[in-house]
Amino acid sequence: MRKVAAIVIGIVAAAVGGAFAQSSTVDEIAKYREALQDGNPAELWEARGEEMWKTPRGPKHVSFASCDLGLGPGVVKGAYAALPRYFADANRVMDLETRLLYCMVNQQGISEADATKVKFGDGSARRSDFEALAAYVASQSRGVAMNVRVDEPHVHDMYQLGEKMFFFRGGTHDFSCATCHGEDGKRIRLQDLPNLTKTEGAQKAYTTWPAYRVSQGELRTFQWRLNDCFRQQRFPELVFGSEASIALTTYLAGRANGADYNGPAIKR
Amino acid sequence: MRMTTIGGAVTTLLLAMGALGALHGCATAPADDAVAARAAASLKSSFAARGQAGLQRLDQDETQKLCSEYANRPLPASVAEKIQQANLATIRYPADGKLVGDWKNGEKIAQSGQGFQFSDDPKNPAGANCYACHQLSPQELSFGTIGPSLYRFGKLRGFTDETRKYAWGKVYNADAFSACSNMPRFGHSGILTEQQLRDVVALLVDPGSPVNQ
Repeated sequence: MRKVAAIVIGIVAAAVGGAFAQSSTVDEIAKYREALQDGNPAELWEARGEEMWKTPRGPKHVSFASCDLGLGPGVVKGAYAALPRYFADANRVMDLETRLLYCMVNQQGISEADATKVKFGDGSARRSDFEALAAYVASQSRGVAMNVRVDEPHVHDMYQLGEKMFFFRGGTHDFSCATCHGEDGKRIRLQDLPNLTKTEGAQKAYTTWPAYRVSQGELRTFQWRLNDCFRQQRFPELVFGSEASIALTTYLAGRANGADYNGPAIKR
Repeated sequence: MRMTTIGGAVTTLLLAMGALGALHGCATAPADDAVAARAAASLKSSFAARGQAGLQRLDQDETQKLCSEYANRPLPASVAEKIQQANLATIRYPADGKLVGDWKNGEKIAQSGQGFQFSDDPKNPAGANCYACHQLSPQELSFGTIGPSLYRFGKLRGFTDETRKYAWGKVYNADAFSACSNMPRFGHSGILTEQQLRDVVALLVDPGSPVNQ
């Protein structure tokens, strides 16, 4: 972490001093990101998630060994790369977090209210089971090509809905997802913005979530990513596991098809 | 592979629907309108009011609706004209005729990204977050590129009444000049107060502003 801090100070000094041109500031940030790849704290969440996955939980004292993420009960290898998908038992398209919630409620006997008390951790004592479990499950798809079944009718329906939502302008500021993520090579302040309307941009962005966010000291899931984008869009709060959250995830995951899953990554 | 096949099928379908749309003389195909209507309804049930951000923020006005509809297809000139005329009509100039305030306050407003998020305290003044998308003062290296560089905005256009009036209008309601602009309508949507608008305009057009050095 000391190494990271030194690099951060270097970047700030470069920016304040104005000694570097804009392009070298961007280069410095690229170096900073590279340095961060050395040790990714996401591993801590993955380990906690794995422990949680294998341990009997809830009033029914059942582990996730009976939880079907789409490839059979308890199978995690490659499961994340094929989510969201349609689950006949729930009769809906689910992403990883909603499927985990389904298993907690229906198999482990945990009430939905209890299970969703901490959807997102606060960077200290208040930790989210979803973030740990998602880190573990996603890590088991590393190197697996994204293969969301967008030809399955229910999934296709969600994909189409998600596409419309991606371009939906609203709120006090007229923002849609596309405002920031609809063109190549754009930045917000110094942060590069992926163009999610292009295959390459969607692949690069989607395959790195969940991710450890250095600035927050937390492992963040895709549900969080969407929630916080909408906060900045000045929208009301996106409900965890809501249809819009599944539709947008389906749209973006579907657009990432073909690319190897490469998370959980580390981000600024 | 799967995506390619679907892509092909969708293209064919869209072409067919496009022909159908032209036949009926409507802007978009009925199937597409149905998906849009379902998406709008689904959004309503997928969000919860929090802090100052109520569900009414999902109710689109005509401009938002049209700009969403044409977001990933070419915007016809007639629709663009309609949007610009409607938004031009919303621009209000200050009663005292004073369009230019204090560029130093304008710089602070341009730097601040606070305001209108559910996590923001509505008691605090909102910023315009200009630097998120634009280059302005050359001293600020951390600027975004979603919008064009505004460095030397006044100097390039001339320090005239015309430039000041244009700057006011553009900040007040960008859709009046460029339909479906990515820029928020700071005056029309009530994001900035009249005095804040003057200060941001000053940052752009005051000969003493760092933007014009």
